[in-house]
Amino acid sequence: MKTVITSKGDSFDSPLDPRFGRCAWFCLYDEQTGEAEFMKNDSVDVAGGAGTRTAEKMIEWNVKKVISGDYGPKAKDLLDRFNVQLVIMKNEDKTVGEIVGKLKERSGD
Amino acid sequence: MIREITVLSGKGGTGKTTVTAALAALAKTTVFSDCDVDAADLHLLLHPEIIEAYPFESGWKVSIDKDVCTSCGMCAEACRFNAIHLHHGSFVVDPYQCEGCRLCERICPVSAITSQRSMNNFWYVSDTRFGPLVHAQMGPGEENSGKLVTTVRKKAKEIAEDLNFSLILNDGPPGIGCPVISSITGVDTVVMITEPSSSGLHDVERLVGLTGKFNLETFAVINKYDLHPEMGRKIEKKLATLGVPLIAKIPFDENMVNSMVWGKTIIEFDPNAESTRILRGIWETITK
Amino acid sequence: MSYKIAIASGKGGTGKTTVAVNLYNVIAKYHEQDVLLVDCDVEEPNDLLFFSGAKRLDGEVVSHRVPELDLDRCTFCRKCSEYCEFNAITVIPPVKFAAVNPDLCHSCGACLYACKDHALVEKRVGIGELTRYDIGLGAGLVEGKMNVGLALQTPVIRYIKDKTRDFNGIALYDAPPGTSCSVVSTVADSDYVILVTEPTPFGLHDLRLAAGIAREMGKPFGVVVNKTGIGNNDLYEYLEQEGIALLAGIPFKKEYAEKYAGGALLSDAYGEYEAFFKTIANNILKSKGL
Repeated sequence: MKTVITSKGDSFDSPLDPRFGRCAWFCLYDEQTGEAEFMKNDSVDVAGGAGTRTAEKMIEWNVKKVISGDYGPKAKDLLDRFNVQLVIMKNEDKTVGEIVGKLKERSGD
Repeated sequence: MIREITVLSGKGGTGKTTVTAALAALAKTTVFSDCDVDAADLHLLLHPEIIEAYPFESGWKVSIDKDVCTSCGMCAEACRFNAIHLHHGSFVVDPYQCEGCRLCERICPVSAITSQRSMNNFWYVSDTRFGPLVHAQMGPGEENSGKLVTTVRKKAKEIAEDLNFSLILNDGPPGIGCPVISSITGVDTVVMITEPSSSGLHDVERLVGLTGKFNLETFAVINKYDLHPEMGRKIEKKLATLGVPLIAKIPFDENMVNSMVWGKTIIEFDPNAESTRILRGIWETITK
Repeated sequence: MSYKIAIASGKGGTGKTTVAVNLYNVIAKYHEQDVLLVDCDVEEPNDLLFFSGAKRLDGEVVSHRVPELDLDRCTFCRKCSEYCEFNAITVIPPVKFAAVNPDLCHSCGACLYACKDHALVEKRVGIGELTRYDIGLGAGLVEGKMNVGLALQTPVIRYIKDKTRDFNGIALYDAPPGTSCSVVSTVADSDYVILVTEPTPFGLHDLRLAAGIAREMGKPFGVVVNKTGIGNNDLYEYLEQEGIALLAGIPFKKEYAEKYAGGALLSDAYGEYEAFFKTIANNILKSKGL
């Protein structure tokens, strides 16, 4: 299963980016292979519809779970429609590495 | 947790910026942001010292290369905004009508049309006597202030996080459109500044219609209350029906205007004024 | 003959609406030409509030064309979404999903050119209302109002201006506050611009911006200073330096403010107030031989 964590930077030390549509980077984590990959979000600068554009990408990548801080109504609708699980993390202090660690632990159980 | 408060007014000229500046004078460990990016005025009272300046990309600027254009007229026909006209025998784009959809550029058979991002807007991080301020300057006739509002607020949040400040105070834009939505998305509290006039009454209703769609707490203040007490009472009633608490009534005070002339807030200009006392009360209520 | 005057102000609350409704009143009373008031402040139209005896004549839905997708024809090629500068079309090929978001659509028609499969058909979608009122004197009021929560001021303004373009007389366009694109589209095909300001630092700052736009657009313009007596003299110095025409100065009086707050037409209530507007009307119209 693939999970995306919105990230402020391109490494595990980066904190979670609380904005979904206009997050700086994505960390795409594949539970099966245990591999994580960082990708730049090119929707950061669009004038309108950033959330929908980003949601579109999640569905295209066949992501089943997204971990972020906030989702706009339009992005939420689209992600719900394709049964993508939305996790809201209010604790912004966590790094992407810590979150991936948690995911690994859980899949190891 | 950083709390975020936005001051709104619906109609312009109710004293929103004057009130915001006065609240800024009372605030501690607060970052200020001027979201009223179309004709921003807060800087006239806060006198920011600019530390960082950033250009802000906005709409497309489209141009037609005269030497390549064959004057076939396809672009002018396709343009739904009536933005392409024949001028002295060649086609030109009227930037004031153009919406930046780039259809003309895509359909031109000889690729004579190109577009570039306009770089007419700037946003700044500044220091003021009350704390850090993020503000912007939009080029006249520029579009897209909703995105600029988002940029300004994002920076204010970052600064608050870095300095470990607990509060962000936004001076919101007038109206009820896109920039207003951008200025209240995700904030905790909205303070509506209205005035006792029939337009004020009308705007309160439209504005609450919008803020009601968001999960936030809304307070109302009637400024220049004594200019028309009867209309003031009508607004009070309206607010009660809408379930918006009225937290203060500020009387008309010529010193509010005089303080502006001196580039000061009323708190500094006249510390003992009745309006100063009321503004202190407002600040206490909204930051409780 | 037709003559179009746009009334604008960089800053909100300077009295732009006051100037528009009172100028209308005075032209209707004392000038031969027919006069029409068009409220282009589509986010918060307030002109109507000053005409207590107004009767609604008729109204129509302001709409624009938004594409609808025919999923049986769509091949999910994504070309329409690439053409759309406003991110209003979502296409996800792997799951055969495509949808249009009407709130973001600017109705430019680019997607129709993009689609080679005839999968897009335009339908009209409401974005606001246009209402015509009989307000006693003159040709009446046309009010534009945008639906709450949309960001489509310009299309609503274009629509109401299109509907009043052929008016044979003097048309007064009350612009939205500020200096953004919706103000520009109100001012766009006017013959003259009145900028309303007040003699305060805020008023001067915003007037500079508004005057900049009027100049860049090549429009002749003049300034009405409202609430004279408050603030300071910097504004007048600016006008003189720049050689900008001062059409009239209207003093700040608490009784005016009270009357205004109650929604009264000051030019009916006070002879001296009416005189200010006679001066403004004459200043603008005389030079045109109107």
